[in-house]
Amino acid sequence: MPRLELNPNFTDPDAFYAALTEVHRERSEESSERINARLILLLANHVGDQQVLEEALAIAGQAAKPAPARSQSAQQEQH
Amino acid sequence: MPTTYNNPVYPYRRPPELDSQDVRHCPVVIVGAGPSGLAAAIDLAQQGIDSVVLDDNNTVSVGSRAICFAKRTLEILDRLGCAQPMLDKGVTWQHGRVFFQDREVYDFNLLPEEGHRAPAFINLQQYYFEEYLVDRADALNEHIDLRWLHRVIDVDAQPGQSTITVSTQDGDYRLTCDYLLVADGANSNIRDMLGLESKGQVFQDHFLIADVIMKADFPTERWFWFDPPFHPGQSVLLHKQPDNVWRIDFQLGWDADPEEEKKEENIRPRVQAMLGEDVEFELEWASVYTFRCRMMDDFIYRRVMFMGDAAHQVSPFGARGANGALQSTENLAWKLARVLRGEAPQTLLETYNTERQHGAAENLLNSTRATDFITPKSRISRLFRDTTLELAEKYPFARSLVNSGRLSMPCRYHDSPLNGPDAVGSPEELRPGSPAKDAPIRLGSENAWLLNQFGNRFVLLLDGRVTTGQAESLTSELEALLEEKLDLDLLVLGPASQALTRLPRTTLIEDAEGLVVERYGLAPAAAYLVRPDQHVAARWTEFSREAVNLALDRALGKQLFTKESRHATA
Repeated sequence: MPRLELNPNFTDPDAFYAALTEVHRERSEESSERINARLILLLANHVGDQQVLEEALAIAGQAAKPAPARSQSAQQEQH
Repeated sequence: MPTTYNNPVYPYRRPPELDSQDVRHCPVVIVGAGPSGLAAAIDLAQQGIDSVVLDDNNTVSVGSRAICFAKRTLEILDRLGCAQPMLDKGVTWQHGRVFFQDREVYDFNLLPEEGHRAPAFINLQQYYFEEYLVDRADALNEHIDLRWLHRVIDVDAQPGQSTITVSTQDGDYRLTCDYLLVADGANSNIRDMLGLESKGQVFQDHFLIADVIMKADFPTERWFWFDPPFHPGQSVLLHKQPDNVWRIDFQLGWDADPEEEKKEENIRPRVQAMLGEDVEFELEWASVYTFRCRMMDDFIYRRVMFMGDAAHQVSPFGARGANGALQSTENLAWKLARVLRGEAPQTLLETYNTERQHGAAENLLNSTRATDFITPKSRISRLFRDTTLELAEKYPFARSLVNSGRLSMPCRYHDSPLNGPDAVGSPEELRPGSPAKDAPIRLGSENAWLLNQFGNRFVLLLDGRVTTGQAESLTSELEALLEEKLDLDLLVLGPASQALTRLPRTTLIEDAEGLVVERYGLAPAAAYLVRPDQHVAARWTEFSREAVNLALDRALGKQLFTKESRHATA
């Protein structure tokens, strides 16, 4: 049973998305990468639970696969 | 270079076999008189088994090499009768600092749990460690035939026994043995001769060890630098050894030229930059090494058992080489002793492989993780590593991710087929398969340690704080049990009725600080069965003779499925 929350959970999705793009505005790619790394580590600790983190990593890793594989696995995720 | 240690030279003795036509048969031959080989010989000797130990050299480790010995190792050595000189000589530290680039990002204090005889670890040069083991082996020379400058040049491993050919300066001779224990190091010759492999990962990196003697006081702390200005892009570790010698470990990278890096004129400026301009030091020893993380798929081939680096090799981060090795030898020794004494089936030895494959895999995983943190393999992993270190300066959570080697913790055999029943609600830390925990006790009027009462044979720890009526029925059951099981001693936690304490092979202990009851979760009539290697075999909230009997048979492998001799066919 997945424990990673995949349904909407944001208190304010639009505000979050705006803040996410804002923090990267006019940054070099290198600087953006560092921001992302910090963000991942901060949020990962907040989540804490290894099983949830591994689920998130698995989904994130799948999305990096070539397109055909992605659509297949994306369908599987719907179940 | 100055030196604080002179390697002893052990005498070569002409073997009597050279003057005899007969091929001598030994129960056990051990190849290699390093930490594993010596510990195995001592452990077997203490359990009544004779061995011949062969080493192709005539001294202990040249150079400091393994220097960090963890608590469990010290407990094993205490059972082997040689921990005290190590504890006396070794140094320990509690305070560490982590640096990133030009600044200190955090410091920590290990604060080990009180009420244990052994400290969390000691730092001690491998040559001292081996020397004290040799001293102990020599004291047991009725059982241990330790032969220096004897090199094994051929091995014929058959299903029932092995034959080896040994070369000496006076000629070659042969020995046959029931069991051949192989502890001839990471590049095991015996493993090669038998066409066996140790598989795993090679790390493309060079490391330089420099042992320096400080002229003045320097704090007893462990310092670890990531990407410092005096050694950009690499890592550096500093920690203390006895004799005012400091170990400095420089990561050099794969492109480094080991011969150049080893030169004093190249080491000196680097060390000076790291310690500061005004610190005076002398260089004692330097060595460049590479490492691998690898292990054999099976530590047993026919009647040949592999131990130590020959069986499982790890990176130095986290001190799991020698510490893992000692846990392996003690796992094997008690089983082999009982098989040789005819008290356990040969299948018990299979569990040396299963239990220690688990232990070795755990050590390999931990040391590989530390290595990957210290030496990131890609741009992105370096980014995460550096970001973790930056965050660690401000935020405590990130410090938990900083991995410059995790302290070696004892292996727990929770899934072992030798484990008996568990008692519901008892402390998780001591469930079957776990190593027993130490606690201060009183033996009569003397202060003593609980762990010193366990080991070398099975021990039943019984909470004897029962009513007189209960004690009477317990006594007759225990008497029968002790009569049936000669490999079992009884340890009664008191105050207890005299009937209990008058039983044969029984010791009464008092809980000096209440820590035995607390750590073991004891209540009157509760019991723990502890194996000869001090691991918990089974535990009960209430003693029953039948249950202990069954658990003891199980721990001796008497309920293991007898496999068709898997080593019969090559």
